[in-house]
Amino acid sequence: MADQVLDAKGLNCPLPILKAKKALKGMAAGQTLAIEATDPGSVADFAAFCNQTGNELLSQSSEGDVYKFEIKRT
Amino acid sequence: MLDNSDLDNAKSMSIIVTKGSLDWAYPPFILGTTAAAMDVDVTMFFTFYGLPLLKKKLDLKFTPLGNAAMEMPMMGTHIAMPNIVGMLPGVGSMAGSMMKNLIKKKGVASIEDLREAAVESDVRMIACQMTLDLFEYKKEDMIDGIELGGAATYMETALKADINLFI
Repeated sequence: MADQVLDAKGLNCPLPILKAKKALKGMAAGQTLAIEATDPGSVADFAAFCNQTGNELLSQSSEGDVYKFEIKRT
Repeated sequence: MLDNSDLDNAKSMSIIVTKGSLDWAYPPFILGTTAAAMDVDVTMFFTFYGLPLLKKKLDLKFTPLGNAAMEMPMMGTHIAMPNIVGMLPGVGSMAGSMMKNLIKKKGVASIEDLREAAVESDVRMIACQMTLDLFEYKKEDMIDGIELGGAATYMETALKADINLFI
């Protein structure tokens, strides 16, 4: 179970990334953030975001039109 | 920016913002806020028609005039607007409200929101002093937390930046 959940459904680029960053900022290292988004671009964008910031992308999946991510704050 | 701002390898980006219409306001604010979210040190330099994007109260306009490539989704297809139609009274403001409706409907952030995110994430925003004088704006017309500067101020930052964009 993630420490925090972010509902980014219905939001378009770059809002899911901006909101995820804001949430991660307030979390402690080692805590995890679960994100749900509907922006298809978020799949590539969260991978790039994690590569660049060093936060760990634990998992990525999709269910219907919803893309799910789990990111560990480092 | 806070995660690795103390590291030597922190990346930086500068953007010269020269256009202030509703559509052209997006690229600099999207890239600036996203870069800041990715721990990049961001400086935005607002000059000429980009300067009004720093005004306290934003009222961004949009026009299809001179944009031959613009097509709006309409009734399942895409409609381009000939310049002659765009020149008719009221068409510009109608196209503007259509654009704003589309932005809302598609979950795209407003420029106001993106600018607030830029302020929150410590994006450095510089208003061009010369443009301020030229178009008779006062620093009080602009949002708090901005700097005033000129070409040399920008150059000092740009020479050290990894990415420099002109939009």
